[in-house]
Amino acid sequence: MFGAGGGTSSYREVENADVILLWGSNAREAHPIFFHHVLKGIRNGAKLYVVDPRRTTSAQWADLWVGLDVGTDIALSNTIAREMIASGLVHREFIAKGTSGFDAYRESVEPWTLERGEKVTGVPAATIRELAHAWGNAKHGQMCWTLGITEHHNAVDNVLSLINLALLGGHVGRPDAGIQPLRGQNNVQGGGDMGAIPNKLTGFQDIEKDAAARAKFEAVYGVPIRPQYGFTLTQMFEAMEHGTMKCVWVIGENPAQSEADGQRCRKLLSGLDTLVVSDVVMTATAELADVVFPASAAWCETEGTVTSSERRVQRVRKALDAPAGARDDVAIIADLARRLGFDWGDVTPEQLWEELRTLSPMHAGMSWKRLEALGGIQWPCPDETSAGSSYLHARLWDDDPAKRGVLAPFSVLEHAGPVDEITPEYPLLLTTGRRLDSYNTGVSTRAYASPIRRDHPLYLSPEDAAALSLAEGEHVRVTSRRGSIVTEVAVDHGLRPGLAFMTLHAPDKADANVLTIDATDPKAGTAEFKASAIRVEKCSPVAAGGI
Amino acid sequence: MSAAKMVSITVDGANVQVREGATLLDALRAHGVDTPTLCFLENLTPVNACRVCVVELQGARTLVPSCSRKAEEGMVVHTDSERVRHARKTVFELLGSSVDLSNCGPDVKRWSERYGAEPARFGPPAAPAPEGARDHAHPGHHHAPAGDVAQNVAQPVKVDNDLFVRDYSRCILCYKCVEACGEDAQNTFAIAVAGRGFDARISTEFAAPLTDSACVFCGNCIGVCPTGALVPKREFDLREAGTYDESRQTVTTTICTYCGVGCNLELHVQDNTIFKVTSPLDHDVTNGHLCIKGRFGFEFVQVREGARDSAREKSGGRKD
Repeated sequence: MFGAGGGTSSYREVENADVILLWGSNAREAHPIFFHHVLKGIRNGAKLYVVDPRRTTSAQWADLWVGLDVGTDIALSNTIAREMIASGLVHREFIAKGTSGFDAYRESVEPWTLERGEKVTGVPAATIRELAHAWGNAKHGQMCWTLGITEHHNAVDNVLSLINLALLGGHVGRPDAGIQPLRGQNNVQGGGDMGAIPNKLTGFQDIEKDAAARAKFEAVYGVPIRPQYGFTLTQMFEAMEHGTMKCVWVIGENPAQSEADGQRCRKLLSGLDTLVVSDVVMTATAELADVVFPASAAWCETEGTVTSSERRVQRVRKALDAPAGARDDVAIIADLARRLGFDWGDVTPEQLWEELRTLSPMHAGMSWKRLEALGGIQWPCPDETSAGSSYLHARLWDDDPAKRGVLAPFSVLEHAGPVDEITPEYPLLLTTGRRLDSYNTGVSTRAYASPIRRDHPLYLSPEDAAALSLAEGEHVRVTSRRGSIVTEVAVDHGLRPGLAFMTLHAPDKADANVLTIDATDPKAGTAEFKASAIRVEKCSPVAAGGI
Repeated sequence: MSAAKMVSITVDGANVQVREGATLLDALRAHGVDTPTLCFLENLTPVNACRVCVVELQGARTLVPSCSRKAEEGMVVHTDSERVRHARKTVFELLGSSVDLSNCGPDVKRWSERYGAEPARFGPPAAPAPEGARDHAHPGHHHAPAGDVAQNVAQPVKVDNDLFVRDYSRCILCYKCVEACGEDAQNTFAIAVAGRGFDARISTEFAAPLTDSACVFCGNCIGVCPTGALVPKREFDLREAGTYDESRQTVTTTICTYCGVGCNLELHVQDNTIFKVTSPLDHDVTNGHLCIKGRFGFEFVQVREGARDSAREKSGGRKD
């Protein structure tokens, strides 16, 4: 945010907040230990507000659950903003000092009265008002979101709409206030920080616009770096479709099962000239590959680092010997480079790290030794006297405009509902998410014997189950505009009529991604896993057996 | 940040300075006094259940639990007086005669010996309770024991799921598991103390199996249990088989492979196999607590077979 892709505050600061807002996040199940900090905050007197179409196990802890219709986040945000502005509950000093674009933003949200907000979002006006006033009156507001915000066709706008609210309340750049995107995987943050994104070199240095950064990397790497953005995942699939991308190397991902519109994805992967997969286990994607590199498990069979949602770089260490034949990712990559004519020698993770911190200013003070000694350091950490940064963007509050730098911009945003339309033929809206004991496509979690696993049913509201004369455990055919699957039904009292829920955890039993839509955000390339129109029909066990 | 205000106390005749708000136990530890604790843990609220940390505080009528008593300016504390030694000895004797402390680790053994505890003086152990008997004991239905055998909490091990077992023959009722399951960490409230007096025990609602209870299998109760009453199934199986061998074990700190919170995991490994996962108590991400995936989700790295087979390049090109 504002030039650095990371949460602005720390978990521990959440314990000191007076208002905690989880928006599109079921942290109780998806980020359980983060939720421990939320619980401490609640014990310390904070009010918890949960914005989620489902009344989740997180929402059960909330002072107020705001059950909006799927995909109406921007409408809700705009309505909250208008109510805050109209009631004078905005941080005037911060808006004047640290932000830009407020006037245009104010005008853009002006039509979003409580009444209009209620109509579009399905949230009662009084509930929106209560949330707006709580957020507006918060001394230390913490806002956290996850895939409920980003797995939409307008993911970036959704995020910007939450940032708007944080700016309105002045909840950025101060201790104990902040905004945190909770990362879904143990090194999503680190992957981006390291430059494994299409437009940045390590440390968020722009690959097209920052010539000085390129020159610095070229000098160390000894190769020219093209000033050109790479493809997002979505663009890669498009290039595969057009036949311009012919060779793909997938490292530690299972797109054959994790991508929206899975049938199309598998077809494109199968049509490549060469598909190479590095993974810890034989995934469905690896089954499609021409070459598989068995990898050691990064978190327990190798040395290295990962970076958490609060920007904390921490060491992973080798506790086990990998199975025969499985090798460290670094060694696999180095070997391939050698075959391609670049001999890097036997590089160690420590050497790579020490090189990295000469290139990435925000990591410069994190020596391997300090990472060991301090048990992790939060970036930015510009030099070895720095203890790291618990929160970001304090500069926005500086009295000296020169020190404030580029101000945090408000964004004018239009509401745009889900792409997949609800029609009489597809009358229910399917959303997806995680359950406590399972993870993504289940490749890693199905190996342990969880007594609470229930990862494959289609969850319906009690009302919809009754309307369809369906009882728990009965088989149904679930059909979207992309495909059709057969699975069991379960009733979830946290769902409102019209809303259905599935996980992505058990693709071998019930592949939700046959149903999901790959309408993607034009800026981030994220797919709309959270909103697919479906139809549900009872079917006989015979039909179920013949999937 | 301003410097913390310091408080000055006297411990066994020596002057000790601690910051304001510190407990007597903090002061004793800072001063290097080996003080026994059972129900105390850094990441939990003190519940003053076990009384082995008591010290004599000059001017106080009773012995005070050092784990929860805040240090105050001018306090005079004796940690090794006859009264303190006698109290600690009695606690270790009573626990030693009624509970199986054999998996407690070296500290409890050392303390029991130091204070001259003789658990055997209460007689040979009474026969174990049949399965479920202690789970349903009601208060008020007791006859005075004959005194020829030592009453105890021995009972069959509860194995009702594949992740962890409850061996309540080893339970000293320190309440730590209840605290970790409740307000101090997990806030799931699957367990509480049921019964009264010698019938008191840790129980799920209506003594239901864990799989029918509110339990979410985070194992945070295991992480705080001081006696081995709560252990991962893998550790239990090793001990049952007689192959549990600390000399072949390592503990390695790493980061959980699942969500992006970045929990520190301590992987306990024997013979290249993870048998237990804990988290450092002093790490400010986890405070020693984990979720079900962090504590039990490691198996996938241990069931990999044929890695060598898939290493070879597939000769037939793409499968159709």
